[in-house]
Amino acid sequence: MSGLRILVPVKRVIDYAVKPRVNKAQTAVETTGVKHSMNPFDELSIEEAVRMRERKAPVEDILAFSAGPTKSQDILRTAMAMGADRALHVVEEKTELEPLSVAKILKKVVEDENRNLVILGKQSIDDDANQTGQMLAGLLGWAQATSASKVEIDGDTCTVTREVDGGVETLRAKLPMIITTDLRLNEPRYASLPNIMKAKKKPLVKKTMEDYGIDLTKRLKTVKVTEPPPRQGGGKVDDVDGMISKLKELGAL
Amino acid sequence: MFSAARQTALRQARSSCMRPRVTAPLSRDVAIARLLSTLAVLEQNDGKLNMSSLAAVSAAMKLGGSVTGFVAGSNIKAVADEAAKVEGLEKIIYVDNAAYDRGLPENFAPLLVENIKKGDFTHVFAGHSAFGKNLMPRVAAMLDVQQISDITDIESEDTFVRPIYAGNAILTVQTSDSPKIVTIRGTAFPSGAAQGGSASVEEGVDPKVESLTEWISEDLATSDRPDLATAEKVVSGGRGLKSKEEFDRIMPPLADALGAAIGASRAAVDSGFADNSLQVGQTGKNVAPQLYLCAGISGAIQHLAGMKDSKVIAAINKDADAPIFQIADVGLVGDLFDKVPELTEKLKA
Repeated sequence: MSGLRILVPVKRVIDYAVKPRVNKAQTAVETTGVKHSMNPFDELSIEEAVRMRERKAPVEDILAFSAGPTKSQDILRTAMAMGADRALHVVEEKTELEPLSVAKILKKVVEDENRNLVILGKQSIDDDANQTGQMLAGLLGWAQATSASKVEIDGDTCTVTREVDGGVETLRAKLPMIITTDLRLNEPRYASLPNIMKAKKKPLVKKTMEDYGIDLTKRLKTVKVTEPPPRQGGGKVDDVDGMISKLKELGAL
Repeated sequence: MFSAARQTALRQARSSCMRPRVTAPLSRDVAIARLLSTLAVLEQNDGKLNMSSLAAVSAAMKLGGSVTGFVAGSNIKAVADEAAKVEGLEKIIYVDNAAYDRGLPENFAPLLVENIKKGDFTHVFAGHSAFGKNLMPRVAAMLDVQQISDITDIESEDTFVRPIYAGNAILTVQTSDSPKIVTIRGTAFPSGAAQGGSASVEEGVDPKVESLTEWISEDLATSDRPDLATAEKVVSGGRGLKSKEEFDRIMPPLADALGAAIGASRAAVDSGFADNSLQVGQTGKNVAPQLYLCAGISGAIQHLAGMKDSKVIAAINKDADAPIFQIADVGLVGDLFDKVPELTEKLKA
């Protein structure tokens, strides 16, 4: 039986509580001076990896990974403060990476670092694509279990309950595999101050795109980004009768 | 240069007539449209065609060109024959093999890849459902294509519109990939009609790849109410309902009085008031019913992402400053434990 060598990719995104604004040129969402955090689904991934170790699963090590601007190192430190052993940062300032490119980098990281379990968030809350984990599984030819709400490891067998339309389904697969996390999987811990201090001493390796030799030509071109049409509230009514008559007036009843 | 200019002119001409929400091909350039061929991946459960997956067909019809449906599973011929009647489909490709019943991506993705290559399709559309989300990115990676997820509109054969940042921004994106792999937001396209069509039915290629995962079991919430994602009316409850008992006491009678599906906010789901599958929002389901009536929901942006395309939004909340009132067409400030039962009684009367 082999130990778990876990890779947890994390992404720095605009904080979920911030209402994003589209820039004047309509080319992107305004990101300068806006609070950023770790993608919420990625917090669940780190938490799950750490809990595996706490549940006495044979975790050899947990490697946190991020690709993006230098500032992404903040969230890698957070990941290490939550329990990841070390971090790898692929620095990329210029382009925003597409899921396929990220999946290609991750494939190399998996091979270089001899990983046998990758836990990703099911989607990032900025591009809402929900693709990277599945793409990585496809590139590696590994089993995948997406939108996981429960994960059980027994030796090299992994049983995953996943959220599907209308309920849940349970799958079983042998390692190596890819898991993506759904909200119900766990409740991520807060990094304690002593752990934040300790995380500063954990190793963080920096690499560049050139180290991986991946073609980063973008497949998609942003034509424009716009604000959704604003929705105007129709005002309030005084009582239930008022509500019923207004709904009838609007043709909803 | 010349061809690039012509492309642009074409795109403008096409997008100018794309506006109305109709299922007829939007291109006036028949010659181009004829070159487009879309594979619409259809879903089936236990030998029945999943009607909500027909949004992929509607989207393909809007694009123009020929549309081929794809189904796979055990005893699939009956499903294929049913799908052949779907309006807009020219051909159905089916693969009869029980290995595909559960839609496991480890064997379903190679199956699709083989059939996409054989059919030389320019576009592959699937619903942005649990099945489509799980499967299509794997297919895209195997074909070295950057997928476009959860589109709400089609501007031209290579330009698509999709919400990002929980629907707080709308992205128009152009792809240089081929084939173009796209998942479709079901509520943004007509659901398609399962009659009036007469497609030919043909067997597809089966690469018979073994799945690396084994399907163990499923636990689906059974309900005789309309399906949340496609319901005409939705009533939705939030944290304000305080407990599962109260949720179960207050919401179902209202849903029954309206013939509505029941939804819930993430707060209600996280607190255990309602099942996960009922969650409406960025990380749950997107709905766009005729009427969305919510009680005890404040209106966080993640929730609004899943319901703000509803035709009419009605809200009952005791906090007059709750953000939900900024977008609700009809707002009622009051205690939901009084107002909802009163509303239920008066609707029944």
